[in-house]
Amino acid sequence: MIEVPLYDIAHSRAGDKGNRANISLIPYNPALYPYLAEQVTEARVLALFAHRGATTCKRYDLPLLHAFNFVVDDVLEGGVNASLNLDGHGKTQSFRLLALTVQIPEALASTKT
Amino acid sequence: MSSDTFLVGNGAGFSGDRVDAPIPVVRTLIKRGLPAALFFEVLGERTVALAQLERRANPELGYEPMLERLLAPVLADCFKHRIPILGNFGAANPPAAARCIARLALRLGLPNLRIAVVAGDDVMDSIALDQLPVHEADDSIDISRARLIAANAYIGAEPLVAALKAGADVVVAGRTSDPALAIAPLVHHFGWSLEDWEKLAIGATCGHLLECGSQVTGGVFWDPGRKDIPNPENIGFPIAEVTRDGGLVITKAEDTGGLVDLRTIKEQLLYELHDPSYYITPDVVLDITACTLEQVGVDRVAVRGLKGRPAPETLKVTASFEGSWLGEGEVSVAGPNALARAKATADVLHARLKLRGLPVRARVDLIGVASVHDSDDGALWRAYQGPEPSDIRIRLAAEGATRDDVDQAAREVLALLCCGTAGTGGARWRVTPRILTRSYLVLRERVPTSITTRTAAEIIQ
Repeated sequence: MIEVPLYDIAHSRAGDKGNRANISLIPYNPALYPYLAEQVTEARVLALFAHRGATTCKRYDLPLLHAFNFVVDDVLEGGVNASLNLDGHGKTQSFRLLALTVQIPEALASTKT
Repeated sequence: MSSDTFLVGNGAGFSGDRVDAPIPVVRTLIKRGLPAALFFEVLGERTVALAQLERRANPELGYEPMLERLLAPVLADCFKHRIPILGNFGAANPPAAARCIARLALRLGLPNLRIAVVAGDDVMDSIALDQLPVHEADDSIDISRARLIAANAYIGAEPLVAALKAGADVVVAGRTSDPALAIAPLVHHFGWSLEDWEKLAIGATCGHLLECGSQVTGGVFWDPGRKDIPNPENIGFPIAEVTRDGGLVITKAEDTGGLVDLRTIKEQLLYELHDPSYYITPDVVLDITACTLEQVGVDRVAVRGLKGRPAPETLKVTASFEGSWLGEGEVSVAGPNALARAKATADVLHARLKLRGLPVRARVDLIGVASVHDSDDGALWRAYQGPEPSDIRIRLAAEGATRDDVDQAAREVLALLCCGTAGTGGARWRVTPRILTRSYLVLRERVPTSITTRTAAEIIQ
């Protein structure tokens, strides 16, 4: 097993509704899906956004699409109408998730697109 | 391709999108020679409120400002080839948008262009908000004191279908659900029932995938060296091929950049979705948990396994209120010791606001160290241990109840041009009003809709 940032093996997009963000996580190689399911937990994703006051994180699993949808509450500092952040919509947050690291088999580490 | 295939093209995914995007979409729709429709989705959550403020200032404004630029290159071709155009580009003033389109049509020699105006989404005067259950709210709204700017219901496909049945070449709506703009031409063409939930689920997915324009064909997807796309300067906007029995293939305009593959579809399918088994639209509740995708050709992905549940009994109403004021100021530092100078500047700005007793909530970002991922207290840039950045922009954002308070706060950044650290420059500052929104649920029978269809010549005479 080797440790890699999610960015090396997966892609992501973030969207907003009020003070709630949804952040998808999609491995390039479907074989990586179970490793992400085990390691990219709701607790780890919530901790990534603790400094912004996020309160809850819910992960929805889509095994047929080999994708996850994280819904994080109270992460957008009040949402686009109230936030002082340049990115009130939180569109850039997908790349904060992609900086998280996971352990994967070395044989699966070369799937970068 | 059987004659039982209908094409849905998208010409814009938000107000501010590339104005030349519809041209290759329409060219492709015509070349394919199949029945087709084109839709424009240009209303974000707050766009109607901003448009309402414009309308207050000038009764002939308050619709999509780029409307004429978007339609001018494609209107005559769409009319000639019987490709109806639907859009929520009416924003806060659909009748004025219709007049704009009518003037354009007359200039293009299309006096018989039929323009339908959809009414009913604006519920500001018809529904008392304080008696409705709240769906989502900005925490800070004191409803008893906030001044209402706009209140609009997200209406579904039904009035849009009625407009197409009335022979409209262009359907001008204000607030609609985004997917309804794609559902309506499909329901009209195929004669689907508005209670055929499986079919409406396919229409809603078609709309959901297309409603953000290039986001399904490579926009906000491309990542140089990792997720490359051809010609990002000319991303082709999406086209859906839908069959009567509910087949759905997503592709894009021909001879353009961008791409359609499993990755772009997955990113957009999950975009702004919460529970994937329960995506609520006014026309159907969509369930994508059994959805599967297949690349069926170059830039062609088939979407299958969509499920629908009955439409909700309520519609979402989003109300916008006058909020507080936002003041922003920025200056730059660069070169040796930039990080220390930037951090000291941030501390001085906070100290100045305190010293002057300005009643504002403030934040300082160090752009180039940490900003968009950071919190209001600057937790990330304060903890930053990485390499010394050589170029940092310091940004103050301050929110307060009065324009003057936040202007004074932002001007503290300007004052740094003389009072700041060595080598401080490039000041900018601005003050903007903020809008607050709150969503309610209202029984759909309380939101009657109507359409008015007239030719361009009749509208302008």
